[in-house]
Amino acid sequence: MTPTCPTCDAAVPMPTGVVAHELITCPDCGTELEVLTLSPFTLDLAPEVEEDWGE
Amino acid sequence: MMRVGLLITHVRPEEKLLLAEFAACGIAPDVILDRDLAFDLTAGPEQLSPSGLPWAAYDVILERCVSTSRGTYALAILNAWGVRTINTYQTATTCGDKLLTTLALARAGIAQPRAMAAFTEESSVQVIEQMGYPAVLKPVTGSWGRLLARVNDRDAAESVLEHRFTLGDWTQHTVYAQEFVEKTGGRDIRAFVIGDRTICAIYRTSPHWITNTAKGGVASNCPVTPELNDLCVRAAQAVGGGVLALDVFESERGLSVNEVNHTMEFRNSSAPTGINIAGAVVSYVMSVGANPLTPQPPLHIGEGARLQAVR
Repeated sequence: MTPTCPTCDAAVPMPTGVVAHELITCPDCGTELEVLTLSPFTLDLAPEVEEDWGE
Repeated sequence: MMRVGLLITHVRPEEKLLLAEFAACGIAPDVILDRDLAFDLTAGPEQLSPSGLPWAAYDVILERCVSTSRGTYALAILNAWGVRTINTYQTATTCGDKLLTTLALARAGIAQPRAMAAFTEESSVQVIEQMGYPAVLKPVTGSWGRLLARVNDRDAAESVLEHRFTLGDWTQHTVYAQEFVEKTGGRDIRAFVIGDRTICAIYRTSPHWITNTAKGGVASNCPVTPELNDLCVRAAQAVGGGVLALDVFESERGLSVNEVNHTMEFRNSSAPTGINIAGAVVSYVMSVGANPLTPQPPLHIGEGARLQAVR
């Protein structure tokens, strides 16, 4: 079942080969989302970028 | 079966590539989210990790956190317990701080841009004027080219410093100033070192003075010359070694090391170089996991590491 965006409620198709905790973008509203689980697919808002994030 | 933990904040394209390479080697690492970490600091590695396994059961933990603070402290704890990690706490804490990186490179005699440190607005202006304009001000911690400031004159220097000391937290009150290096051809080099070898490098070209690919720099292949390899491997060892990405300047004075990154991103680098960077990282992880007495063994990339089909 296609999950829905927690921000705009649009259906968010899952990319092929998606893995848990991957970040994706809602095609309707552009919100960055995190794939929490794969079976079933569940989504939440991606964590906000923090000051110490980097490589 | 080797037990590998992959410690992450979330899955970036790099972690997805790493998971695929682990799978190709028949290994399914336990993905451990840094948001789930909870350590009893007064106990030891027999306590359970979020995966349900004791930390002591892992042959090696590959730390790939986007969160520098979470990753660095997790490494401190795990290394204190004798759990092997890539990279080590020593490497992460050195690379995570530009001032400490400069000190480590200087101690090893590695060519690098001149850099100075000061702790007040007044003394910071003095060190900038000692180096001359333009100069580059960088937060000692930070990444992706954020909050870098090129100051071309005293007015700009005083303005940036006043903002940092008025609006910034205490981490902004250690001023790290670096001489501005005019890059040959508007580009710099990002070189990838794994163990004792520079496996590949890219040029990052941009009309902007900040060439990070996160800021729009364009990647193209950079041949790894013996000179580049030697400089990068020595620099990598100077900061503790492991899996590292080095930013290198080319200028009239030759090559110099600008920064060293310890949880490198490489999504844009395998295609132009033709090198399977994720595969090389996984090979290194497996060699460390298989050799408990040699935590940072040399890695020799054979032809097998070349991409058959560029992703």
